[in-house]
Amino acid sequence: MANQPQASDNAQRYWARTSGLMWTVLAVWFVFSFAIHFFVKSLNTIVIGGFPLGFYMAAQGSLIIFVILIFWYAHRQNSIDEEFGVSED
Amino acid sequence: MAMQGDFTQNLGKVYALYTGGFAGFVVILAILEQLGVPNVVLGYLFVGLTVGVYAMIGILSRTAQVSEYYVAGRRVPAFYNGMATGADWMSAASFIGMAGTLYSLGYDGLAFVLGWTGGYVLVAVLLAPYLRKFGQYTVPDFLGARYGGNLARFMGILVLLSASFTYVVAQIYGTGIIASRFLGISFEMAVFVGLAGILVCSMLGGMRAVTWTQVAQYIILIVAYLMPVMIMSAKVTGVPLPQLMQGQALQKIVALEQTLGVVKSHAAPFVNYDPLNFFGLIFCLMVGTAALPHVLMRFFTTPSVREARMSVGWSLLFIFLLYFTAPSYAIFAKLEVYQNVIGQQVASLPAWVGIWGKIGLVGACDAADAAMQFAKCKGITGNADGILQLKEFVIDNDAIVLATPEIAGLPYVIAGLVAAGGLAAALSTADGLLLAIANALSHDVYYRMIDPLADSKRRLVVARILLIFVALIAAYVASTKPAGILSMVAWAFSLAASGLFPALVMGIWWKRTTDMGAVLGILFGWGTCLFYLILTQYYPETFIGMFGSAETVAKMNAMIAAADPGLKAFLTKEATWFGVRNISCGLFGIPVAFLVTYVVSLITPAPSKDMQDFIDSIRVPRGDVMLAKGAAKAE
Repeated sequence: MANQPQASDNAQRYWARTSGLMWTVLAVWFVFSFAIHFFVKSLNTIVIGGFPLGFYMAAQGSLIIFVILIFWYAHRQNSIDEEFGVSED
Repeated sequence: MAMQGDFTQNLGKVYALYTGGFAGFVVILAILEQLGVPNVVLGYLFVGLTVGVYAMIGILSRTAQVSEYYVAGRRVPAFYNGMATGADWMSAASFIGMAGTLYSLGYDGLAFVLGWTGGYVLVAVLLAPYLRKFGQYTVPDFLGARYGGNLARFMGILVLLSASFTYVVAQIYGTGIIASRFLGISFEMAVFVGLAGILVCSMLGGMRAVTWTQVAQYIILIVAYLMPVMIMSAKVTGVPLPQLMQGQALQKIVALEQTLGVVKSHAAPFVNYDPLNFFGLIFCLMVGTAALPHVLMRFFTTPSVREARMSVGWSLLFIFLLYFTAPSYAIFAKLEVYQNVIGQQVASLPAWVGIWGKIGLVGACDAADAAMQFAKCKGITGNADGILQLKEFVIDNDAIVLATPEIAGLPYVIAGLVAAGGLAAALSTADGLLLAIANALSHDVYYRMIDPLADSKRRLVVARILLIFVALIAAYVASTKPAGILSMVAWAFSLAASGLFPALVMGIWWKRTTDMGAVLGILFGWGTCLFYLILTQYYPETFIGMFGSAETVAKMNAMIAAADPGLKAFLTKEATWFGVRNISCGLFGIPVAFLVTYVVSLITPAPSKDMQDFIDSIRVPRGDVMLAKGAAKAE
């Protein structure tokens, strides 16, 4: 514990990066959980492959984004862990 | 424990063999059916064999170790924990009921699809990795360690019980419905058969047995869910990809809606729910997902924090496979109804209408005495012109998934497969819930609060006795067929969201959160939600008396005095705050909990240095967890 100040400085920067990632993920989550569905009526005028787009986003589109988002988050957070040397052995 | 080592190393092989064996079993049954074996026998074989396999896994996974019993020894790889969480999560309601909800609500029903998937994003970023790092056994454990002991722990247990108990009753109820329908035994009997299936899976091996059983159950339920609708899609459109081809079917439905004069178009938003309730429901279901203890406890079982994060991704992927297929069930069923049922001669309706009509799930109510033939037609009077109009056709939500094999003209073996899938969904969720409840009582109440000196043998005996005890009570309640049990399940989400979510999230993300802040936050958040639920649901007159304008109260009193038949509708409509339905009571409870926790934390002294170190230690994956003084240690 000789280099206490450095260690805690490192910990603070680690937590700032982690929090930053958290807010980014939550922002994407908010857009695809709520924001995009506010515009369902306008989106429904666009029809792709038989799907009105607004309907499609709620039935499948947002779900696909959620799955990708979580895997992306896990990947990003793991590399932050490695960068700061706090990942598990 | 050499065997367990072998087992976890060979998971891929074991489950591939199992899946192949199951496929072979289905083929054999299909051949037996062609040879003329009666359907009832096939039903017994399906239910008997699948439940037998679960029981065998349960018995093989028996354990005498505390950490194996509570967290499966923390050796469950991310991928398999994802499958287990998928089975844990998807209940009888998801498997059988959701497609039906989408059928009747159209776009607005998608609030459930969104709400029950998006919550996993919150689990992944805000909670799962940190709870895993904390690394004890239960969610109340975390509250106890973070918020200075037994008061916070006790509040957590209270919320857990309120959210999980009605939920488990509904699962056992679902098991009873499926078992009685396919085995032809009485409902009460079927409930206790289901109970035996649940207990044999979970009692001997706790979390370890439940985990490996849930993986097996996931495989059956997903195959059973995808197969019928894929064949249906191939039959209707020529391509066995229902998720893609439903677009075409939807276009046909939209065209048919105009000729048939359907007012509520399938793709039109906010017809059944207004935007406030649509988005409110999504919000409550998502936050509730991230607060339900039987889901969160699954992430205590992974080998590392890194795996915990990945495992949330796998969980959602496996859940997604079912949820993004559900809308196509609804659409193909609707197309069949609009094309081949509505506007047809009653004498020449498709065979499935008769088959499911007999069981009381479908009604073709044209004839004056239709109720004699179709129980579902009670209260509907047709015009008896020999042709079935839109208004004369009724279908139960549960029938959409169950009847799809017959609609697609598939052999009975597929219907049996669907039943086995539904049963797997109900059993796996019931297992997870019962374990969450029994563990809270045995670990948190008995060991942590009553007898901290109990040795591990005694703790496991108590855990098993409580498991049986809780299961029996739940089965008893289910066997009385309590009214409205299914709608109560949706309440669980709002209750858990208001009670647990703010305390868990703030405990990790805001160091300044104090014991008193969290305890009062739980109390007021959960209390607000419960108050709103109970009053608007059971005492709407009192609710209007307390919050209604003088005008509304006067109108209500006049209606009561005149015994107005519109009173019930009036009460449901008026007994709300801002028109929010009580299923979304978390919309009030969650902000109240956050606000109370925040304000009280600021006016009480900051947490100790010890506590701050503890929070620091759970925020990073590496290193030991530094429990604050006074907090009980794990093993």
